[in-house]
Amino acid sequence: MTLSEFFHMGGYGFYVWSAYLLGLAVLAANVLWAWQGTRRRLRELGRGQDRRGARR
Amino acid sequence: MWDALKRLDAPEQFFRFAGRLAPGLGWGSLVLLGIGLYGALVLAPPDAQQGEGYRIIFIHVPSAWMSLFVYVVMAGAGAVGLVWNSGVAYALARASAPFGASFTFLALATGALWGKPMWGAWWVWDARLTSELILLFLYLGVIGLQAAIEDRRMGSRAAAMLAIVGVVNIPIIHFSVQWWNTLHQGPTVTKLSAPSIHWSMLVPLLVMAAAFTLHYLSVLLMRARAELLVQERHAGWVDTLGEADDA
Repeated sequence: MTLSEFFHMGGYGFYVWSAYLLGLAVLAANVLWAWQGTRRRLRELGRGQDRRGARR
Repeated sequence: MWDALKRLDAPEQFFRFAGRLAPGLGWGSLVLLGIGLYGALVLAPPDAQQGEGYRIIFIHVPSAWMSLFVYVVMAGAGAVGLVWNSGVAYALARASAPFGASFTFLALATGALWGKPMWGAWWVWDARLTSELILLFLYLGVIGLQAAIEDRRMGSRAAAMLAIVGVVNIPIIHFSVQWWNTLHQGPTVTKLSAPSIHWSMLVPLLVMAAAFTLHYLSVLLMRARAELLVQERHAGWVDTLGEADDA
């Protein structure tokens, strides 16, 4: 299998890659959303310097 | 076991426990995702009927499973919250709602991307697709109730009740392909007899599902921590977070 065949996906490239990119985007968005959640809440509570809260 | 659970119901204990557990779950999910993607895109053979196009299954089916699983967890946490007035349970329900909505959206969107080349239509109003769309609306209703009611505890309670009533939709989604004539195909994995899918496709599918599940658990714990910080903002333990040792 060549690389261009791989990306072509037997003619279904657009559909297959759109689905995979969308999937990765949803996963990434959820992780970012989770990361910034605790950090922002701590900042709102006036604990912006909280190293532990910011890291986890 | 029961004692351990009761200890975790204390917001402060849960906050620390979740903080310790979440990173490991996240990394585990990333590793499984790498393995699953390699299996899905490289190792799994093309399908006899659908060629390479069927590979959407490795995103579509796990996200559809998650949309149901997360809903049941959310409704279950809501029920625990209602019965025992548990703040931690409400935090878990609040953390689950947007996550579940995002995976319901993903299941619907990847389904459309699969339907277009295979059925010739992005969308059809068959029972499976319609009941999954209703699931998205239920999630949005739960999120809306949580956000719209000023008093957090009241909002959590109202949202929990809606979530519990909405559980009726879960078996409808699952059995829709058997109860009605649907364009959507019937079950291939969750049958009582052996799954009608070859192991070379089944294994990447299950690995992807495991990756999504660990991803959910890590996001759930992280988000529940954030929810608890707001819920418990007047509690003493939140005040001491910054200065305390790394426990």
